Amino acid sequence: MADVFSIGGVSLPSRLILGTGGVPSLEVLSRAVAASGTALVTVALRRVEASTSGALAEVLEQCGVRLLPNTAGCFTAREAVRTARLAREAFETDWVKLEVIGDERTLLPDPVELLDAAEQLVADGFTVLPYTNDDPITARRLADIGCAAVMPLGSPIGSGLGIRNPHNISLIREVVQVPVILDAGVGTASDAALAMELGCDGVLLASAVTRARSPELMALAMRNAVDAGRLAFRAGRIERRWHAQASTQDAGRAAL
Amino acid sequence: MTVTVNGETVDLAPPVTVAALVATRTDQRRVAVARNGEVVPRSEWASTPLSDGDEVEILVAVAGG
Repeated sequence: MADVFSIGGVSLPSRLILGTGGVPSLEVLSRAVAASGTALVTVALRRVEASTSGALAEVLEQCGVRLLPNTAGCFTAREAVRTARLAREAFETDWVKLEVIGDERTLLPDPVELLDAAEQLVADGFTVLPYTNDDPITARRLADIGCAAVMPLGSPIGSGLGIRNPHNISLIREVVQVPVILDAGVGTASDAALAMELGCDGVLLASAVTRARSPELMALAMRNAVDAGRLAFRAGRIERRWHAQASTQDAGRAAL
Repeated sequence: MTVTVNGETVDLAPPVTVAALVATRTDQRRVAVARNGEVVPRSEWASTPLSDGDEVEILVAVAGG
């Protein structure tokens, strides 16, 4: 049964999107990317002097994945739009993971700046994947603007706290037509599986893999979790019941 | 002339193009340049001379969420 995942008209063979932040080396990253089966990997732009990872983009291109530049560290729509335009130039892609942060301590999105930036970038021809709060109304506004997907957070970036408001994630899945990708907060495989069981179309995670004791093993765990969660969602889980319901028939029970 | 490159003030003897400046900083292929906040497309690097007081950002890929 075909279960195609596509963003902006491009079909992707994996529902797992891998962030690279926190990765200890390019060699570890290559192995994690391979184990994850991902087809889409995020990168950031920084001043050349601050680049310690050498030819990151080239290594990822050798892995055969598509690059998804982010606008990490931007606090205003103006900064984010400029960063996206620079990323388009550097990486020759009009895809962007749009992040506009409102606060350094929580790294939570600033929805006002985010909507402004998203509108400008969509008008400029970008395929915009916005990192957003787990707020269905903001998600709907982003989709209405023309974003190619919406990417609500499970919990703050790098926190590993999982999905703090599963109900909102389900609501977001209901109110938008574009893909919903759970972004941020995943700590371990069960979080990724839950996201998919809630109906998310994909999961974007970085720290859970890059900062795991074995990034390669965790990448494989995430791959399996995303696949399992997606299958469970499609299969349709049973209703929750307050009391037990025997799975073995009562009829024919012996009188002992 | 004085130009700010990635936040540092440097003295350069004109003429210097964006292409020439980038070549002194990196040999990576995936590079983006902003001049006074605006993107300079790679196709225009060689034909874009820097001016006194320009603020230039030279950016490359790093690992990130």
